Amino acid sequence: MANNAEDIENNMDQQQTNTVPEPPQEASVTRARSRGGSGAGGGGGDRGGGEGDVGGNSSSPEQNGQPPAARPPLVVETEEDEDEELTLKYGAKHVIMLFVPVTLCMVVVVATIKSVSFYTQNDGQRLIYTPFPEDTDTVAQRALNSILNATIMITVIIVMTLVLVLLYKYRCYKVIQGWLFLSSLLLLFFFSYIYLKEVFKTYNVAMDYFTLAIIIWNFGVVGMMCIHWKGPLRLQQAYLIMISALMALVFIKYLPEWTAWLILAVISVYDLLAVLCPKGPLRILVETAQERNEPIFPALIYSSTMVWLVNMADTDRPKRNSTEAASPQQETQQAPIASPTPSSPSQDDGGFTSNWISNQEHQLGPMQSTEETRREIQQMPSARPPPEDDDEERGVKLGLGDFIFYSMLVGKASATASGDWNTTLACFVAILIGLCLTLLLLAIFKKALPALPISIFFGLVFYFATDNLVRPFMDKLALHQFYI
Amino acid sequence: MTAAVFFGCTFIAFGPAIALFLFTIAREPLRVIFLIAGAFFWLVSLLLSSLVWFISVQISNKDSAAQQKGLLIFGVVLSVLLQETFRFAYYKLLKKANEGLLALSQEETMPISIRQLAYVSGLGFGFMSGAFSVVNILADSVGPGTVGIHGDSQHYFLSSAFMTMAIILLHMFWGVVFFDACEKQRWWAVAAVVISHLLVSCLTFQNPDYVASLIPTYVILFLMGVWAFYSAGGSLRNLKLCLTCKDKDFLLANHRSR
Repeated sequence: MANNAEDIENNMDQQQTNTVPEPPQEASVTRARSRGGSGAGGGGGDRGGGEGDVGGNSSSPEQNGQPPAARPPLVVETEEDEDEELTLKYGAKHVIMLFVPVTLCMVVVVATIKSVSFYTQNDGQRLIYTPFPEDTDTVAQRALNSILNATIMITVIIVMTLVLVLLYKYRCYKVIQGWLFLSSLLLLFFFSYIYLKEVFKTYNVAMDYFTLAIIIWNFGVVGMMCIHWKGPLRLQQAYLIMISALMALVFIKYLPEWTAWLILAVISVYDLLAVLCPKGPLRILVETAQERNEPIFPALIYSSTMVWLVNMADTDRPKRNSTEAASPQQETQQAPIASPTPSSPSQDDGGFTSNWISNQEHQLGPMQSTEETRREIQQMPSARPPPEDDDEERGVKLGLGDFIFYSMLVGKASATASGDWNTTLACFVAILIGLCLTLLLLAIFKKALPALPISIFFGLVFYFATDNLVRPFMDKLALHQFYI
Repeated sequence: MTAAVFFGCTFIAFGPAIALFLFTIAREPLRVIFLIAGAFFWLVSLLLSSLVWFISVQISNKDSAAQQKGLLIFGVVLSVLLQETFRFAYYKLLKKANEGLLALSQEETMPISIRQLAYVSGLGFGFMSGAFSVVNILADSVGPGTVGIHGDSQHYFLSSAFMTMAIILLHMFWGVVFFDACEKQRWWAVAAVVISHLLVSCLTFQNPDYVASLIPTYVILFLMGVWAFYSAGGSLRNLKLCLTCKDKDFLLANHRSR
């Protein structure tokens, strides 16, 4: 996906810079924006940015005549320096724009884990994807069971990814869209109802069903609108953070311990392979989308500065069949009409590249339909930046799957570590640094990179190291009140 | 032991640090990133020293309390030395990164100066050090219990909070002095920083005797503060101008976009 973001951005760049007919000032503005965008995208290309990027590609129907020829070298060079500067400035800003929501999501998850005991209770319930129990007699048996569980999960994920790629290849866009809609419905109504119920139980708050129904109804409907249609930016961001936190909590509750760590490790490896290997499903998806000059179907992505105009049901659709492809398409086509500048298609080049499809697959939930939830989370109708958007205010995007797995790691650490807060803090810092490094690598290589591996690797290393090595040391120090 | 103790100790321990963060660092993304990177470096140094301590405990005689205490003291000293080593390593990394950034951007001024980096990295070290020292204690202070019921000191929480505040501020001052000394190649100053860190840690060995440990620590804090102030370019004249809001450079600098 990150691949997706990068390649498409580059394509877009080329196409942008090729728009010779445009007045030179416009062209340079476009170029600068797209370059700045790609720089920022490089800084933090979210694979979700793939949508926007592809949309950007599709915006080129206007300029379709021009093949991606070489840009005038002179212009590019003078742009290079500015771009590096822009990259730097916007790189740091985008990193922070990602730090804040990731931190918020983690804080919500940790706060819930620490206060609501429901999510750390072992009810004996398991997901159908992890059928083998972990309360066995011997360690060897437990290890074997967790390996089997993780294998089943990963197989399910791979199968789901392939199904998705097939669906996309054969243009079954309606199926995908409906799937997404259903899963976000489930998440916003059912899971939040359970969450609210448990919170009330914990704090011994008595509430009647009527009030509860009204609250959940309002919460859910506003959420659906914000996520799938239009809404204030902050509200949309808040909803995305909340549903990521809810999903992470579900994972924390229903995945047994060793299985959870194994799954985290294997998923990062899968992410790495799927995005970087030539035959990886994600890469195939990206290439298909590029061939068709279409946006990859929208996914649920957290976007930080843009107000996404999402048109699910547009009256004046272009010839495309798929609604999803259509809406970004249409918007991108609208954008150039509305004003010359926003022809830079990528909404969020400052986005982060992440493994969104595989994240889609990593849905665990008590219901069968949570696969849809997963996909739902990954999918979002792509949006276009409103024409008035300031060039400098490029946003960043991060796939919700990344949010979910980061929060799951930190939540699991706070739930199961006996070192309590030290371990949680260490994992938190490790994940943030991993995020930073990934963005840095992105800026250096300007290539799509998956967001999970580095952060999860650091998180896991620090979890086990802090829990087993640092905790006894700090405990002894605190006992004697020695300070280091 | 109630919410009052929890909030009081939290604000004592982290109040100055959070205020510094909010007013000087929170608005600049680059500074926040370097703060978190500094925290990460401190964490890595702690990890290494815990690893060494853990190994030494495993191969030692677990029944002898004296030996265990000796090993703990060894662990503390090693940890201090490793922290300072990592501070130096972070300095080297930042110098390289700064040069790289400068080369890339082809501007005359760097986006962040080495002095700001010194301050930010010191504070990052301090945050992490303080958090690891005191967060578990704070978490315990929320719950029910009586402090010192078995004859230990009743001022455990309060003294921990004050000590943590001192450590956080000290890390910040150490950072400023350390980086400045490295810039000017004054190795005696670097040694002085390391020695003062060792001194503060060793003072805590006296710990239920809080008078003997806290008061010298605060004296050292004050001295290091003055030293850091002077090495960062402060002077009495600057201070006076700043306090009476007449310092034009400072006012100008605040409004500059970079």
